Amino acid sequence: MKMMTPRTEAELAEMVAGATRRLQIIGGGTRSVADARDTDVLTARGLSGITLYEPGSLTLVAQAGTPVDAIEAALASEGQRLPFEPMDHRGLLGTSGTPTIGGVVGGNVSGPRRIQVGAARDFLLGVRFVDGTGRILKNGGRVMKNVTGYDLVKLMAGSRGRLGVLSEVSFKVLPMPEVAVTLVLPDLDDMAAVQAMSRALGSPYEVTGAAHWPGQGTYLRIEGFAGSVAYRAGKLREMLGGEVEESVERWAAIRDVAPFQSAEGDIWRLSVKPSDAPGLVARAGADEALYDWGGGLVWLRMAPGTDLRSRLGAFNGHATLVRAGADTRARFPMEQPEPPALAALSSGIRARFDPRGIFAAETDMSPLVAS
Amino acid sequence: MDMPSPNPVILAKKPRLVERLLQVLPPDAVIHLESETRAYECDALTAYRCPPMAAVLPSTTQEVSDVLRICHEMGVPVVPRGSGTSLAGGALPTADSVILGVARMNAVLETDYENRFVRVQSGRTNLSVTGAVEEYDFFYAPDPSSQLACAIAGNIAMNSGGAHCLKYGVTTNNLMGVTMVLMDGTVVEIGGAHLDSGGLDLLGVICGSEGQLGVVTEATLRILRKPEGARPVLMGFDSNEVAGECVSDIIKAGVLPVAIEFMDRPCIRATEAFAKAGYPDCEALLIVEVEGSDAEIDEQLERIVAIARQHNPVELRESKSADESARIWLGRKSAFGAMGQINDYMCLDGTIPVSQLPFVLRRIGEMSKQYGLDVGNVFHAGDGNMHPLILFDANKPGDLELCEAFGADILRLCVEVGGCLTGEHGVGIEKRDLMVDQFDPDDLDIQMAVKDVFDPKWLLNPAKVFPLQASEARRAA
Repeated sequence: MKMMTPRTEAELAEMVAGATRRLQIIGGGTRSVADARDTDVLTARGLSGITLYEPGSLTLVAQAGTPVDAIEAALASEGQRLPFEPMDHRGLLGTSGTPTIGGVVGGNVSGPRRIQVGAARDFLLGVRFVDGTGRILKNGGRVMKNVTGYDLVKLMAGSRGRLGVLSEVSFKVLPMPEVAVTLVLPDLDDMAAVQAMSRALGSPYEVTGAAHWPGQGTYLRIEGFAGSVAYRAGKLREMLGGEVEESVERWAAIRDVAPFQSAEGDIWRLSVKPSDAPGLVARAGADEALYDWGGGLVWLRMAPGTDLRSRLGAFNGHATLVRAGADTRARFPMEQPEPPALAALSSGIRARFDPRGIFAAETDMSPLVAS
Repeated sequence: MDMPSPNPVILAKKPRLVERLLQVLPPDAVIHLESETRAYECDALTAYRCPPMAAVLPSTTQEVSDVLRICHEMGVPVVPRGSGTSLAGGALPTADSVILGVARMNAVLETDYENRFVRVQSGRTNLSVTGAVEEYDFFYAPDPSSQLACAIAGNIAMNSGGAHCLKYGVTTNNLMGVTMVLMDGTVVEIGGAHLDSGGLDLLGVICGSEGQLGVVTEATLRILRKPEGARPVLMGFDSNEVAGECVSDIIKAGVLPVAIEFMDRPCIRATEAFAKAGYPDCEALLIVEVEGSDAEIDEQLERIVAIARQHNPVELRESKSADESARIWLGRKSAFGAMGQINDYMCLDGTIPVSQLPFVLRRIGEMSKQYGLDVGNVFHAGDGNMHPLILFDANKPGDLELCEAFGADILRLCVEVGGCLTGEHGVGIEKRDLMVDQFDPDDLDIQMAVKDVFDPKWLLNPAKVFPLQASEARRAA
């Protein structure tokens, strides 16, 4: 295995064009496997730095290898942030390394706020990337409204390094709130919790987080100007009961799935219709579950080697294998298999972006062995 | 604006094509007489017209699939059409094409308030999606100006925006799933009532693909609870620069208004003469709207007004009632009509970084003098999406061409300062040949490669989006 670390976009293009073995594309290496057998590894971390930041335009452009920390610090100095709250996978996967902004884009990594404001893909304004033939390409730009040509920006978000290597990304950012609080609802079972979260998210009170940790509590986050937060938290409390906590610390734990971090087992991530979630959790027979996005996202901790997808049967949504041992990874693809017509479109797109098949396939990029 | 010449081989297939279409559709859904196809000769870009060979109005996904399969087998191009409100010529036919209109498919299939989505057939109009969920105080957020008439199918094709997208995003941010028919008749389901894709984000690339990848027949749309209230504040400034700085300062202060609208002097004057909204006589005018409960609105407006005062406004008018709000919005909402009263106009749609606003407005003013054509600017300032309205006289020989040349220069300027050709209207035929100013050949090639996958024979809306020269080899193959 060879490690390649290009320092410029031109160097990146040369390395991809000249590659003779399959390449596994990584950022800071906080999610991908390091035990790849027949592949070389190319990291974008050498392409680092904020290229442009205009707080008054809510716009930030950065090279793909820029550490997420550096971006968040620059934004915080102007009272702004990445609105989609990307999770940090290190605790869950037992990895070290530094999360990069390109990695966030490659995985469309989004946290609890996704339910209200959108995912990484919704804030990504533009990309520059190198395709499998070594061409330097761009799509989108740095402005908030752009329908010029096809939206390959969305296609690149979540493509996990299979269509190209990102070299630069631009984002719409948002102001940080003045105040944030959590309304804690104790003692709800899963069904009642999802119903309560649905009521909150269907209210005019702009909840920016709705999570349920079975046995611990159900949490609603309210952010904004002080007067407004007090008003909305009060209204939600009238509707649903509970206690207002003047803290939002627990949201980092929910974002990073802290409850599962030190526990054994396979970790799966379900994206579902929220009201289906409790039934699916019951069907899964999980050791532990954590609900985010009002029930639309469910983290499951399963006995190693469980065939979750066959337990669940047909359902609206998808199940992603996030952490498992090598045996489990060999048995189950990381991504939910697509129906044949969609699989044909996806593989057709891959073949156009990467005609030589130089970017490692999903099977080579299976999730990490449990630490 | 050139369109490819009709292919005589395809034209000769018309009798057989009509016969086959009538086997899968009821007689009133197949329009093929020359006197009747004329109704489909253009969309809202009325300067360009061409009746199609035939138009079909299917009522179900199965019928759409049957039509596409037949056209695919016979090698006949298909131009999908929502309500025909495209300002970019997205639904302009060629003489050898079939228009596939989705207007008859307008049913609401499912409303789910608990999971906050609605599933509709794609011919349903934008405003009537909100109409279907209003009873429980929900709404569908994207609000293009044509929302009374425009169809969800067209909104998805063009990734439509609106005045309120600074807060709520555009169509792609509110689209959860589609049922789509590929050119060969295959029906696919993408996304649904859950969030994000498990694999490649195909939904993301379909939205905004201008009807070139497939025909969307059903859509799952995110719905939101209506805010408790909304009120605007109007402010006038004695220069575009100062108004631009004020926009930037409001955004930097952490207030996120639901809309920030900007009008310049020519537009204010025209509007005032037309609608008499009582706007101040000034260089630049901003309308900033915020949402929430009464107290929340007051809290936000107080901050906004404090920022505005630092910029010495010549006018500051805070709405205290629904009536005052309506008066503030009256002029903005009649701006296009007011400009149309003066003359014919062409509406542009470039987007620029907000920081470039004063420079771009100054340059447009200079170019207006060079071309001898007046321009009014009215646009969504919060996100930099400009709508310069160039006035011209369609009856004066050469004026349309002059206007188009001026428009092209403005759009090139948008690209030069870091923006783009179109923010919400789409490329269509209107901006097709300017794509080379924004993209290198390779950037266009990779986009066209996506179409190769969905529509290998390039039969769906083939003469749009990409410069004809760039797409020629693919269309001819």
